Amino acid sequence: MAWWSRKNKATELASEKRSVPTGLFIKCDGCSATVDSEKIRESLRCCPHCGFHFSMPTEERLALLLDEGSAKEQDLEIAPLDPLGFRDSKRYADRLVALQKNTGQADAFRSFLASIDGVPVSFGMFQFEFMGGSMGSVVGEKITRVFERAAEQKIPAIVLSASGGARMQEGILSLMQMAKTSAALQRLRSLGVPYVSVLLHPTTGGVAASFAMLGDVILAEPGAMIGFAGPRVIEQTIRQKLPEGFQRAEFLLRHGIIDSIVPRAELRPKLGQLLRLLRGDCAASPTNQEPAADHPVP
Amino acid sequence: MLDPRQSLEFERPLVELENKIGELKQLAGGELLAAEIKILERRASRLRAEIFSNLSPWQKVQLSRHPLRPYTLDYVSRLADEFFELHGDRAFSDDEAVIGGLGRLKPLGGRPVLFIGHQKGRGTKEAMRRNFGMPRPEGYRKGKRLMELAARMKLPIIALIDTPGAFPGIDAEERGQAEAIAKNLEVMAGLPVPIVAVVIGEGGSGGALALGVCDRLLMMEYSVYSVITPEGCASILWKSQSHAEVAAAQMKMTADDIRRLGIVDEIVAEPPGGAHHDFDEAARLVGEAVSRHLLALDKLSGQELLDGRYAKYRAMGSFTESAQEEEPPLAVE
Ligand SMILES: [Zn+2]
Repeated sequence: MAWWSRKNKATELASEKRSVPTGLFIKCDGCSATVDSEKIRESLRCCPHCGFHFSMPTEERLALLLDEGSAKEQDLEIAPLDPLGFRDSKRYADRLVALQKNTGQADAFRSFLASIDGVPVSFGMFQFEFMGGSMGSVVGEKITRVFERAAEQKIPAIVLSASGGARMQEGILSLMQMAKTSAALQRLRSLGVPYVSVLLHPTTGGVAASFAMLGDVILAEPGAMIGFAGPRVIEQTIRQKLPEGFQRAEFLLRHGIIDSIVPRAELRPKLGQLLRLLRGDCAASPTNQEPAADHPVP
Repeated sequence: MLDPRQSLEFERPLVELENKIGELKQLAGGELLAAEIKILERRASRLRAEIFSNLSPWQKVQLSRHPLRPYTLDYVSRLADEFFELHGDRAFSDDEAVIGGLGRLKPLGGRPVLFIGHQKGRGTKEAMRRNFGMPRPEGYRKGKRLMELAARMKLPIIALIDTPGAFPGIDAEERGQAEAIAKNLEVMAGLPVPIVAVVIGEGGSGGALALGVCDRLLMMEYSVYSVITPEGCASILWKSQSHAEVAAAQMKMTADDIRRLGIVDEIVAEPPGGAHHDFDEAARLVGEAVSRHLLALDKLSGQELLDGRYAKYRAMGSFTESAQEEEPPLAVE
């Protein structure tokens, strides 16, 4: 195991602090109620009153979604470089090192072979804590491999996206990851192997404008912000206030851009159900009779 | 003659000098005048070399956006006989920020091809109508429809790239801007006909790439191609648009930079002083390069084209992959 993939206690704490502070009462962004953060953590990081979805640390998300003991992480040896020698207030190379230390990860994406609700899948998910989940060469390569493994093994591809878009610090190489991942998907699709794209908060820019919007089925978490341009850029361009709920998952569903909104607690059984339907199975899964028994529903 | 008022600051002395030479040439000249013109022409050529041999990345960005620069239809009208423009996405509207149509490629013996490209407008009225070359989803969907048609008819595709980016607006988001771009990336990866793309001006992010997946990518000498506009990059990373110049240098977005990164197959030279000085010559140079690449691609079957295209994009990116256990991936200084 490479050094950055070791478990890092300090990191887990740091990422938890960013989303839901521990041992405090916090104001819910959804209903403005004051909620015990412990309660939120117990209910899959959702508000017990209104169901508002707070961000969920990667490890918790993996445990929630992938069948226990099924996950084999892939592509662990791939790590980023600094092809442009990019520097803003800090050198990109230094930022990478700091982030690798803080997150225990090489970059912003993790890929797996695993099963979800009993169905073997080629799986990947963004690590938003790493530079806002931005897509540079490493992320693009790993996503491409997720699709290529799905094609080789004829198993569905599932990708959970949470990303601000292409990574500016790798310039044109980041832009080209949009073409690369979409080309891999073009091949996968021609084989008749399904790809389910799950959009988490937020999914924008070059990630939205490539593989994330190319799912055979596109699901989203409630309230997730999804779109091409960020709201600030749109406001600056058209000099208008944006309508309430603009670019939220519910807005996209209404405009016919996504298939369904699935609350976090239901994602595993729903994905299982969907994959079995797509596969043409005649029998439903037992877990569909008792959905997510081992996870509390908020 | 170019209007000095529409010239960039750094090229203005040259434009003024060239205009003076032009005026002298129009006078009925004796020997004396001819000698004078010769001296001025030598001076102009020195000045041109001085200015253009040393352009900063930001100056190249400015040239790529030059208001007098030839746009897609300026090239198409010079490269094609019988250009037949086709309109609309068959679903919502005709987006005039994208143009497409069939035509006979003159430098290739009048062979029919599909032209597709972003279209900027000249003057306020046309610029508005063309939305400054920023397509909405229906522009990309028109492009997709026409490129799929070309593939069915086995016609090569010439894509001319020139956009600040896809339009960021409420309506564009409502109609699925991200999906429209994404779909084109997927579809273009699978079209079994030759695709040659040329960045003729601004290659602005995903909005450019959505017409730019190709077998061969050419860039004009003073064109740029980037993941985000330098202004956008500056406002995010430097928290101020005034750092656009720095951002332009950091992002490595000039044709030379992009070639060094292995993304571009050929840089097409521009006429002295830039493409806006001589539309005909600029189009001739583009036509020559595009035809040469199309002829080379002609030798490949549809499947070979697709395999080659896949391999080309598959190889793009920069990362390490070592099995070494305890080595940090980056050298820390
Ligand atoms: Zn709430």
